Amino acid sequence: MKVEFLLNGRNRIFDVSPDEYLLETLRNHYVTSVRNGCNESTCGVCTVLLDGKPVLSCTVLTVRIEGQHVTTVEGIQNEVSHISDFFGDEGADQCGFCNSGLALTIYALKNEYKNPTEADIKNYIVGNLCRCSGYQAQLKAIKRYLEDNK
Amino acid sequence: MRIVKHKTPSIDGKGIMMGRPAYSDDLADPNALTIKILRSPHAFAKIKSIDVSKARELDGVEIVLTYHDVPKKSFTRAGQGYPEPSPHDKFVLDEYVRYIGDEVACVAAINEKIAIQALKLIKVEYEVLEPVLDFEKAFENPSVIHPEEGIREMFPIGFLPKKNVAASYEMNVGEVDKVLKSCDVVIEESFYTQAQSHAMMEPHSVNARIDFQNRLVIYSSTQTPFHVRRILSQTLDVPLSRIRVIKPRVGGGFGGKQALHGEMFAALVTLRTGKPSKINYTRKEVFESAYTRHPMRIDIKLGADKDGTLKAIDCYILSDTGAYGEHALTVFMVAGSKVLPLYNKVEAVRFNGQVVYTNHVSAGAFRGYGAIQGNFAVESAVDILCTKLGMDPILFRQKNMILEGETSPIFAIMGEGTEGTAMNMESCKLDFCVKRGLELSHWKDIYPRKKLKDNKVKAVGMAIAMQGSGIPYIDMGAATIKLNDDGFYNLMVGATDIGQGSDTILAQIAAEELMTTVDKVIVYSSDSDLTPFDTGAYASSTTYVSGNAVLNAAKIMKDMLLEEASKALKVKLEHVKFDGYTFKSGEKEITFSDLANRLYYNEDQKQLTATGSYVGTKSPPPFMAGFIEIELDLETGEYEIMDYVSVVDCGTPINPKLAQGQVEGGIVQGIGMAAYEEVKYGNKGNLLSNSFLNYKIPTTKNIHKLTTEFAESYEESGPFGAKSVGEIGIDTPPAALANAVYNATGVRITSLPITPQKIYEGMMALKQKEHANENK
Repeated sequence: MKVEFLLNGRNRIFDVSPDEYLLETLRNHYVTSVRNGCNESTCGVCTVLLDGKPVLSCTVLTVRIEGQHVTTVEGIQNEVSHISDFFGDEGADQCGFCNSGLALTIYALKNEYKNPTEADIKNYIVGNLCRCSGYQAQLKAIKRYLEDNK
Repeated sequence: MRIVKHKTPSIDGKGIMMGRPAYSDDLADPNALTIKILRSPHAFAKIKSIDVSKARELDGVEIVLTYHDVPKKSFTRAGQGYPEPSPHDKFVLDEYVRYIGDEVACVAAINEKIAIQALKLIKVEYEVLEPVLDFEKAFENPSVIHPEEGIREMFPIGFLPKKNVAASYEMNVGEVDKVLKSCDVVIEESFYTQAQSHAMMEPHSVNARIDFQNRLVIYSSTQTPFHVRRILSQTLDVPLSRIRVIKPRVGGGFGGKQALHGEMFAALVTLRTGKPSKINYTRKEVFESAYTRHPMRIDIKLGADKDGTLKAIDCYILSDTGAYGEHALTVFMVAGSKVLPLYNKVEAVRFNGQVVYTNHVSAGAFRGYGAIQGNFAVESAVDILCTKLGMDPILFRQKNMILEGETSPIFAIMGEGTEGTAMNMESCKLDFCVKRGLELSHWKDIYPRKKLKDNKVKAVGMAIAMQGSGIPYIDMGAATIKLNDDGFYNLMVGATDIGQGSDTILAQIAAEELMTTVDKVIVYSSDSDLTPFDTGAYASSTTYVSGNAVLNAAKIMKDMLLEEASKALKVKLEHVKFDGYTFKSGEKEITFSDLANRLYYNEDQKQLTATGSYVGTKSPPPFMAGFIEIELDLETGEYEIMDYVSVVDCGTPINPKLAQGQVEGGIVQGIGMAAYEEVKYGNKGNLLSNSFLNYKIPTTKNIHKLTTEFAESYEESGPFGAKSVGEIGIDTPPAALANAVYNATGVRITSLPITPQKIYEGMMALKQKEHANENK
């Protein structure tokens, strides 16, 4: 069936089956920045923004987002580049598999909170698992990015 | 040094975060068939009959493979050098299934939905056999897990399949029993370490195609592309020259991707159908059908004199390799060889034991590779011994531990499945690591514990550790540097960046030697057609082994450039000076860029390419001291880890921030293993911990503070003084935490993970004991 939604600001029409999830739809159409880490909404890797809020695309049925706004890192390249500057500077990049999803979560955090505490930040990004970094370098980078955007 | 030991962002971090296609599945052919595997519902069974006719008939199914359709040639998925120290005890598909999740049949269809539907149409009749689910009952169990013909060891590793033994080993230095008898104090304890899941964020992912030269091209999320090529060739009888293995970006490995998971199936489907294919493990499959860490029981005896001189270590290990013997011998040996030399002044050491098969998920390589298991036992036992001696555990370690310039006989005796290599510790700042760690952890203010309010205590615990830097005389790395017009380089390495940042640090090494900047060194890793050989990313080998290869290549390139410059300037070679930008001789000069352009367009035209390789003649260990600070509730046994202090000697950290990332990532995985990660099975051998919901890995909320520093250290044999740093971080948390819990409560936990429940039960037992004593 046909579903129409905004993908990174452009109106797109996709032909999908009723049981297809957004992660599958996006990857099938070469939006490979959205990656599959668990396919059961437990790891945060496949995070996209739906009307600006982070959601796990592996458990969002594509047919249910008719008319909504989907944002992936392709839609906010400048912002993601800015976030990545701090990640690079803090040595927070490792395998990177979780990083695009995390960048979207960080961007949403920035938009949602004015002055987040460390606890607020941790609560916000707790669903974005990372097995490489040990989180400390990530946290330092995120704080610096948020500080820079004040 | 201008580039090395300075901060450089990962060369690929930005592009990946910005979403550029990079990983295996991003590069799969759009028309690739989807491969799905039918997996065993039984822990141990023999297939009586298997009917795939309905699955084959299903519209959209391209091929169905069972053990009838694949080469009956034993191999090991271990992904090691050749000949492997792991037994060849696996078939692509077999009539036996040996754990729940083992492979029964392989389906390839035009999409995932049809492939899954086809799996359901396969009818299998099993003869269910009695599984071996307790590794302490595996030896000579009536259930023989590998009764089949055609399996073998490549060289003697103590392989006794009829007794369920994958490998066994014994070594002695001095006469342990005699020395133990002469000791004033002897302690004896058994420790249990659990299976841990790698849980890398990218599931195993492979895709295959036949290219226009009729060659098989595999993209694999592997740590060992050259081993993958060799093992595919040997097992599927395809000439090596017809296979190309490309390692694109890999989303974490930690040893789990040293092995082959999925490559055989993608290769077979594509070879048989001529069509591209892909296999992506589900998260459940990553947990259930890939690898875990080897669980072990470690029986240890330590003997010392009253003055705190450690005289003897006696260590027996029983290791559980699960259904297949991948890394069975070597992980078990590393539990000794990369732990016992820490206490090199002993008169006698015995290390022995065996590795047994069970009907559990196969165990394999995992960061730490036995050293974390051995470290938990030895470093816990040292604290137990100190309690009995009434001696400060720090003073005891300082008195007995290995120091710079010293050696241990174990280095020569124990290698990776073979004899080892004698070496002196040319760089060992362990004494500094301990001293600095004491300061950073405020040890003296807290040790052993400090009362807080509300029944809480703060306590500290510590452990020391060592690892290695590659496998001497076995691990070889190579690098090719190509000069381009305008004056920049390509650096082609077989070394495998799997997220640890090796592409970046190898570029730094090349840039340092060539006196240029990192952006002028374009790194490509790794592709069996295009990059030179490298054994792969394992055994903490990349910085030391591959780094030395890059340095050698860069030196050759520099000599070539000087020679070309002397021709261009028409002066003697020894008069040419190069600062990275300009070649000068007196008044004459030519810029690097002009020289490069001259070589490609104008005069003396030629391509400059330099290849360097390196094989270690020793494996200089990185060392560290780890200090944990916990806050523990004496009513419930619950605790929080407040800080983890790591002081690390990895020689020169080529990229301090990335080295810190390696240490901290390792620490946090080690904390996971120490505190809560546990692979659990039901009573039928079914894996209970098969998703992130029931297998907890650390999240950002579990980690409060990590304090990481590097000792000033320089390893002469390493590139710019570097040793490797990939694994050392993971080793200390289990023992440090166990020691801290003891310091907080008096409860000695000897089995991992260290859960509040175990602590609570221990505190209750202590109270009962006190109570009984009072009533006496």
